[in-house]
Amino acid sequence: MTDDAVTSPSRRALIGWGGAGLALGAAAAGGTAVALGGGDGDTTRTVADSGAAVPFYGAHQAGIATAVQDRLHFAAFDVTTDDRDALIAMLKEWTKAAARMTQGHSVGGGAVSDLAEAPPDDTGEALGLKASRLTLTIGFGPGLFEDKKGKDRFGLAGRRPEGLIDLPAFPGDNLDAARSDGDLCVQACADDPQVAVHAIRNLARIGMGTVAIRWSQLGFGKTSSTTPEAQTPRNMMGFKDGTRNIPGTDEAALKKHVWVGGKAGPDWLVGGSYLVARRIRMHIETWDRTSLKEQEDIFGRDKGEGAPYGKQRERDEPNLKAMLPDAHVRLAHPDSNGGARLLRRGYSFTDGTDGLGRLDAGLFFLAYQHDVRDGFVTVQRNLARQDALNEYIQHVGSALFAVPPGVRDKDDWWGRALFS
Amino acid sequence: MRAARTSVVAAISALTTITAVAGCAEKSDAKDSDAVQVTASDDTCEVSKTSFPAGHVKLAVENKGSKVTEVYVYAPGDRIVTERENIGPHTKTTINAEVKAGSYEIACKPGMKGHGIRQKVSATGKGKVAKRDPRLDKAVAAYRTYAQTQADETLPAVEKFTDAIKKGDLKAAKKAYAPSRIGWERTEPVAESFGDIDPKVDVREDGLEKGQKWTGWHRLEKSLWQDKKITAADKDLADLLVKDLKDWQKRVGTAEITPTGMANGAKELLDEVQTGKVTGEEERYSHTDLVDFKANVEGAETSYTLLRPVASQRKPALTKTLDKEFKAVDKLLDGYREGDGFVSYDTVSKADRKKLSDAVNALAEPLSQLAAAVVVVKK
Repeated sequence: MTDDAVTSPSRRALIGWGGAGLALGAAAAGGTAVALGGGDGDTTRTVADSGAAVPFYGAHQAGIATAVQDRLHFAAFDVTTDDRDALIAMLKEWTKAAARMTQGHSVGGGAVSDLAEAPPDDTGEALGLKASRLTLTIGFGPGLFEDKKGKDRFGLAGRRPEGLIDLPAFPGDNLDAARSDGDLCVQACADDPQVAVHAIRNLARIGMGTVAIRWSQLGFGKTSSTTPEAQTPRNMMGFKDGTRNIPGTDEAALKKHVWVGGKAGPDWLVGGSYLVARRIRMHIETWDRTSLKEQEDIFGRDKGEGAPYGKQRERDEPNLKAMLPDAHVRLAHPDSNGGARLLRRGYSFTDGTDGLGRLDAGLFFLAYQHDVRDGFVTVQRNLARQDALNEYIQHVGSALFAVPPGVRDKDDWWGRALFS
Repeated sequence: MRAARTSVVAAISALTTITAVAGCAEKSDAKDSDAVQVTASDDTCEVSKTSFPAGHVKLAVENKGSKVTEVYVYAPGDRIVTERENIGPHTKTTINAEVKAGSYEIACKPGMKGHGIRQKVSATGKGKVAKRDPRLDKAVAAYRTYAQTQADETLPAVEKFTDAIKKGDLKAAKKAYAPSRIGWERTEPVAESFGDIDPKVDVREDGLEKGQKWTGWHRLEKSLWQDKKITAADKDLADLLVKDLKDWQKRVGTAEITPTGMANGAKELLDEVQTGKVTGEEERYSHTDLVDFKANVEGAETSYTLLRPVASQRKPALTKTLDKEFKAVDKLLDGYREGDGFVSYDTVSKADRKKLSDAVNALAEPLSQLAAAVVVVKK
């Protein structure tokens, strides 16, 4: 991150990064390795190493189809005011700050201002760090439209999308209210964890008095990528996760399964999506003492290659009938769910231990879809009922958000279409 | 309570930079002819010159009145540079002081009370002294009066508490405990600026340094609520608490208080709330955290109210927000009132504590901008 307010050399550096960011942003969607020109000569680096910036403005919000970054800080907020104007003013401030941070700039007057008597606008821990492909993605929860007491605080009840339902209770859920729901959410993904945390921290600070963090989750290690040509990442159970995820470059699949279309509406959400977040705790210790055979039976894929049962290679077309009836992959497959596909973007988490010496670890599941009713809800009903994996996992947090379309330009802001 | 840290109000530096050496006449290197003659009567206070060079200043005081008088030298904001009490009728005395360039007031206080009869004087010299908005000097003086009043009113409240301890009256002592702390909590940044008092009266067990004896309010709190008995040692600690707080009461007038110090002090009172009260750490045995919480907010609000005229002119949006957020916190706290105090903090649920925490954040974040609003002079 560069501090605009400091010296002219850093301002020059900033222009340099801006330029690199545009070039790399385009490349990032398609490949994992790009050649950096200019000052870096002919060195070839991975996208993550390059520290590039992902464009903030566009038809869709970044952080959905964007190649999945390495780290996550996800925060859900309660809106603490009833003042619509205050909320709008904050969303505008947030948009401004997000546009700057994602491009590797500091917030407001910078981290080191010339005003000694006031705390600096930016908290400073990202100074000197690259943009690290930071994306900030906002979502609106049911509480924004109607709070728990049924009150329409912001005159938005009539604009609540039909698809923004209260998620049904699934068998086996053990949801903690303090880790669930939220009126707003911000998903911060970056290749550098400090950049992601810095972004959430500064947005939370800007929002004080208007919003308050309800819960937040750090994630390390993506569990699903949107770049099929890259090696499929593994989850905490040691299995490849997201082999058949929707690629960020598959426009047709995105259009069909992820982006809210014109007919589905409402208008303000067209080009947006729905995000389901589930904190899924894994019973790590019992899983680890489960035989390899049982582990593979549970998933329906082999552990080393990730090939579906009866097949040789990871990307071979699965034969569902070769798997046990309660195998996870079989039950989650589109063919078992009326064709439902989700764009998964989850991360592994380990929040230390739980006081009993057990890792408080698992999967922070994030999935984007054009409609949860024939997306996550359909799939999860199927899984909750009979998935063999349920013996080793428990859903402990849950939230659903409507994710508005992208911010078009610097005059646009998060939620403009909703509030206008 | 706060662990060792840089003091907000920086009284210590004030005491070292402007050393009052009252009474050391023989050490004076100022010639008698350079002395400022101060002639006090029962209703006048005349000075022979209103301007003198900065550095060593000698005041030749003569009390021509019939009442015992006092002479004070005040820096802006009524900070005491030096003072001499008990100047009898028809007696003379000499006061020496080191002063930096700047504006001062010399006050005679016939009968040794009140605001005094004042003369404006200035010390001239190279040390450049920034001209301050007179409204800010007024704010500082009013805040000092507030801090002094809080200290003055704390002593009887503390004595009520310590008397109960010395009588071995557990019930009465518990009842008097929280009220005895209110004045201290309201003006804690001033109290803490005297680095040595806070560790004696307001330290928690976990804040003790190796070899440090645990004294003060919280030691007694533990006896009353946890041990449920009053020991002979507690009775000694009660006396010591009164003694230490009298020291505080006496020194409030010398604290260096500045407009930015007031603003930062207000913000730090909210920090105290956020780190000590919201968590229930401060009053872990008595659970009277909300009494402290309220007192911290009141102290912050007093500073803010005094600085508001200047701040609202320079940053109207900020004061609008602060007005709103102070009101919100006050309203939230009102919901926890019980009798003439507050509910026990162990009855406040985690969800409700979060609401308190959110409200404090909502207030403290803009409050952190107040110092810049009262100090920055547009270039």
